[in-house]
Amino acid sequence: MTRPRLISLLGSYGVVLALLLLVLFGWARYDYFLGFFNITSVLRYNSMFALVALGMCFVIMTGGIDLSVGSTAALGSVVAALASPQGAWIGLGAGVGAGLCVGLINAILVTRLKIMPFVATLAMMLAASGTALLLADNQSVSVSYESGFTSIGQDNFLGFPIPAWIAIMAYVVGWIVVNFTSTGRGVLAVGGNEDATRLMGLPADRIKFLVYLASGGLAGLAGVILASQFGAGQPIEGVGWELFAIAAVVVGGTLLTGGVGSVGATLAGVLLLGILFNVLNFENGKGWISLSAYWQSVIRGLFLLVVVILQAKLSSRGSVAVRDY
Amino acid sequence: MRSELAFEMNTNSLLSMTGIDKRFAGIPALAGASFAVGRGEVHALIGQNGAGKSTLIKVLTGYYKRDAGEVVFDGKPFEVSSPQQAQASGISTIYQEINLVPYRSITENICLGREARRYGLLDWKRMHQEAEALLQRFNVRADVRRPLMEFNTATQQMVAIARAIGFSAKLVIMDEPTSSLDEREVAVLFNVIRQLKQEGVSVVFVSHKLDELYEVCDRVTIMRDGRTVKTAAMNEIDKIGLVSAMLGRAIERAEGHATAFSDRDEKKIGKVLLSAENLAINQIVQDVSFNVRSGEIAGFAGLLGAGRTETARLVFGIDRPRAGTMIFNGQTFDPHKPSDAIAAGMGFCTEDRKSEGIVPDMSVAENMMLALMPKLSKSGVIDDKAQRDIVERFIRQLGIKCSGPDQKVRELSGGNQQKVLLGRWLAMNPRLLILDEPTRGIDVGAKGEIQALIKTLADQGLAVLMISSELEEVIEGADRVFVLREGISVAEFDRDEATEDAVMSAMAHGSAPTIAEAAP
Ligand SMILES: Nc1ncnc2c1ncn2[C@@H]1O[C@H](COP(=O)(O)OP(=O)(O)OP(=O)(O)O)[C@@H](O)[C@H]1O
Ligand SMILES: [Mg+2]
Repeated sequence: MTRPRLISLLGSYGVVLALLLLVLFGWARYDYFLGFFNITSVLRYNSMFALVALGMCFVIMTGGIDLSVGSTAALGSVVAALASPQGAWIGLGAGVGAGLCVGLINAILVTRLKIMPFVATLAMMLAASGTALLLADNQSVSVSYESGFTSIGQDNFLGFPIPAWIAIMAYVVGWIVVNFTSTGRGVLAVGGNEDATRLMGLPADRIKFLVYLASGGLAGLAGVILASQFGAGQPIEGVGWELFAIAAVVVGGTLLTGGVGSVGATLAGVLLLGILFNVLNFENGKGWISLSAYWQSVIRGLFLLVVVILQAKLSSRGSVAVRDY
Repeated sequence: MRSELAFEMNTNSLLSMTGIDKRFAGIPALAGASFAVGRGEVHALIGQNGAGKSTLIKVLTGYYKRDAGEVVFDGKPFEVSSPQQAQASGISTIYQEINLVPYRSITENICLGREARRYGLLDWKRMHQEAEALLQRFNVRADVRRPLMEFNTATQQMVAIARAIGFSAKLVIMDEPTSSLDEREVAVLFNVIRQLKQEGVSVVFVSHKLDELYEVCDRVTIMRDGRTVKTAAMNEIDKIGLVSAMLGRAIERAEGHATAFSDRDEKKIGKVLLSAENLAINQIVQDVSFNVRSGEIAGFAGLLGAGRTETARLVFGIDRPRAGTMIFNGQTFDPHKPSDAIAAGMGFCTEDRKSEGIVPDMSVAENMMLALMPKLSKSGVIDDKAQRDIVERFIRQLGIKCSGPDQKVRELSGGNQQKVLLGRWLAMNPRLLILDEPTRGIDVGAKGEIQALIKTLADQGLAVLMISSELEEVIEGADRVFVLREGISVAEFDRDEATEDAVMSAMAHGSAPTIAEAAP
């Protein structure tokens, strides 16, 4: 392997490297960092973000953006909580369905009415949030404990949190779609050059339609996990989730302009941000310093910048990562 | 004329289009155009910039919806609403602007839309093999896994062609496929076209290089102002016939010259303005030395990949050389970025107008003023009147066909976009102008005018560094010709030494007299 090739590889997998370093740091510094309990709780909590970020990753690869994911998750959690007395599966289906509805509207606005994604999904962010508050009557909605709905978010399967299983499965499917289906390649092509994609005879609008739909569905699923994990539908949760998701996608090396992106690196980006949060909590727990939530935000922001800058520096010397299969 | 066209259509044709109208915002781009292609026929489609060739093609493939007219393809009425449907019905198209996805690999650009599958999933191995095999037909060797943007324009063009051929189509349409290819590659392409013809595939071939039409085409259709003015068998019409039908008036060929560069007045050539010694960056530019004097047109000749564009990029500060020195206007010149070069008084009209030059959503005027902005607005305000005047002058001088300075550049025909870009750098009034393929994609009429304009500017003291794959243009236009071969400047010819044979042999073998001493 030649040197530039190596540098470009580091560039595209820089986020993985940063993740490894952070984990090493935590392992060396804190006693229970790599303990079973900490690992599972980090995974359980971050699986919601992972799902939202996966949808965002697809949208951004087409050169679009979905600002509505946070409110959609909140709406999904409320709808799921309201439906949960009917049974765990019905709760799940209702939450995901609510997300799909928002995604469907986004998709129609963007591909049929040709409204800019930023504007369309911003409007839907407000609309979904309002709907969630209306349905929940402005307070959190307790879920039914009899129906087993809480298992989705709280139980383990083979010793591993169910939400983490769901997220892993979603990422595996996402990875296969991007790398081994024509729709997936079409997603990247549309983001790379929409006009050319159309002239090449690919169904550009259908592809864009699908990504917004998927993003809505995944946000709804995240909402289901939220409700189930905390035992209540949360109409005011989800604020800022879209930013977290965008950050995770970008740290993963996906270009905001579209056309280049990686599902695997997005997952690494989610974990990086999640574990950073975890590390800061441990640091607080050590009692040496006490970081307020505000300071945590500042530190996470700075850390993000450093990773992005490093990545840009490394990859501009090599070339853009174009594949991850 | 009507009856003649009607007769053509009755023959066993694969495609016939009649009475096609297309208006953009009320302005007709096509007005009753007709076009017929026989089975297994190679059919040339020519016309001036803005005549409507590309629009006719895009109407056929469903990219634009026609306002009126009928299309019959393969014996059936043909109604498609998207390029996708046209592709599925057997029409494969290479559009004028290379329309591929730069970030994606060559394989994807070739196979997108008809991917090989295995167990329902993409079979990358087979797709890579297929892409390699297709490119092999064109003698192109490239790592098909690399993103397309890492390759030069010619390779990208070949990829676009390979993609179109890969769909087993009944009709392959090529809108100016040869404008970015050199003679070797054109020859390869023509072989492939002949193979297609043998397989019974029809080909529509658009080009401004009239000579090459005679090599492969059976018939020709000539368009003017959105109408079809003539269809003829290729062997029944000579070049003068083609040109006068295109321009709509009788012409006589200028004596002995293929280009509009008439002999230049040697006395107007001044001192050396730019000299470069031993420039190197990588394998593509290994050791290039040359110099340009003010009032002189210096030409770069060479095959594709000889390092001409790459050298120009070094001069203009887009890339930084690894070795070598440059002196500009008597001072050491080491540009770190293009704005350094612009500040020093250079302009660079690039060959790849789509990705490096034109801002499609801006108006003609804005595009022309782009490089000039910093100069014009020095005092903080932009003089509207002065701006208007400059723009209008160049629209006139270059014969840009547009509805006015405010029309968006994306709405212009390909050749007219090229002219806007040229206008941008001419408006800068630089001391040294680098022109990379200045007349690519420009019709025969306008080509002469542009060449004449370049010459006039040189007479007024502008130093011009001109890169061209058209040998005639370099030989007749340049006062001195530098020949590059595999990244090395191998020969320098004065105007009277620069014969076609001498330059060609230097391009191919590099066995020319050792490079002359730098001119005084
Ligand atoms: N989208 C558009 N909007 C408005 N006008 C357009 C549009 N597309 C083309 N035109 C106009 O239609 C006319 C024909 O353009 P077309 O691109 O078909 O020319 P062409 O024959 O292909 O020329 P060239 O040789 O330069 O490629 C031009 O005057 C052009 O300005
Ligand atoms: Mg054209």
